[in-house]
Amino acid sequence: MKNSELVSKYMRDSRLPHIWCPGCGHGIIMHSIIRAIENLGLDKDKVTIVSGIGCSSRAPGYMDFNTLHTTHGRALAFATGIKLAKPDMKVIVISGDGDASAIGGNHLIHAARRNIGITTIVFNNNIYGMTGGQYSPTTPHGDFGTTAPYGNIDRPFDIANLAAAAGATYAARTTAFHATQMTNYIQKAIAHEGFSLVEAISVCPTYYGRKNKKGSAVAMMNFLKESFVDVKAAERMTPEQLQGKFLMGEFKHNTQLPEYSAEYQKIVDRLRKE
Amino acid sequence: MSKSKEQLEIKINKNWCKGCGICIAFCPKKVLGFDDNGKVNMNDRENCIKCGQCELRCPDFAIFLGGIDNE
Ligand SMILES: Cc1ncc(C[n+]2csc(CCOP(=O)(O)OP(=O)(O)O)c2C)c(N)n1
Ligand code: SF4
Ligand code: SF4
Ligand code: SF4
Ligand SMILES: [Mg+2]
Repeated sequence: MKNSELVSKYMRDSRLPHIWCPGCGHGIIMHSIIRAIENLGLDKDKVTIVSGIGCSSRAPGYMDFNTLHTTHGRALAFATGIKLAKPDMKVIVISGDGDASAIGGNHLIHAARRNIGITTIVFNNNIYGMTGGQYSPTTPHGDFGTTAPYGNIDRPFDIANLAAAAGATYAARTTAFHATQMTNYIQKAIAHEGFSLVEAISVCPTYYGRKNKKGSAVAMMNFLKESFVDVKAAERMTPEQLQGKFLMGEFKHNTQLPEYSAEYQKIVDRLRKE
Repeated sequence: MSKSKEQLEIKINKNWCKGCGICIAFCPKKVLGFDDNGKVNMNDRENCIKCGQCELRCPDFAIFLGGIDNE
């Protein structure tokens, strides 16, 4: 047997190996997504995966579901159409930090505001990987990119909390190092009825790593291991202990608010009766 | 998927391995290493505890716990 059962079942394995660089975290996140789908026991034909443009957005091309590779930043607009046309479909958007929070930032906040039943997985590598290392809205302050040769003066977005503030009813963040936890969060996000978002911290050794002297893929994975602290554990830590740390965990989980495609269906049903 | 540990062993697809070293670094038993081509190698199968940490974080699906009978 050449591949794992999971890969044979859910991947278009004739297209593998994928194009991502050695040690690119995106492959770890893609693996977590298929593990979550396997755990949920979903019918492959009832899952549609939609992406925009970027290294991350190449993922659906390797995944054996209904898949759609759209335009930069617009995956959520296409996904909204799919969800309204087929409300029973599990619609998953795979996006990058640039795709989701720069060019696609408005689509993100409005999909969240509507609480539409779409799961968005943001592969956040803190950079525009595909186009060669320009800084993104999640590049940390002071870090370098090809467009920030003297250091980035912006302050970064916190994508998970941005989505939660905009109305997402499930929002979590975890990292490529914490891949078991990632599978768990993605599973909960897909099972969730309203808009759910998992910010999956990735690593881009080729551009973000080199530009910022972060070392090898292994060193970058170690950084994730050492630097991310669960929100619950952080409550018991002192400001000194939290210096230089980043928070991960579940930031929002609200199952009470109505889901958009169901509300839309109610209008359709009412007007058909009249 | 529901095989017991005895029925599983670590398998490697060297064609897909890109030699990033992630599985080697995070293997709790340190039983993995590089071969002469810079790809992953199982150095000490006896001491592998079949924990699946390597499979969990391999970005390339190149190392996994597979069924012994399914060769
Ligand atoms: C309308 C449009 N503008 C710009 C681009 C160029 N472009 C392609 S990918 C990309 C950024 C990708 O960054 P991100 O979403 O973070 O994905 P990553 O490659 O880092 O995974 C840009 C700016 C494009 N393809 N289309
Ligand atoms: S450029 Fe970065 S994000 Fe793109 S494949 Fe390479 S490591 Fe991954
Ligand atoms: S299964 Fe565990 S012990 Fe065996 S090679 Fe993989 S990480 Fe190491
Ligand atoms: S993690 Fe995967 S690609 Fe990287 S060295 Fe190990 S088997 Fe090869
Ligand atoms: Mg990116």
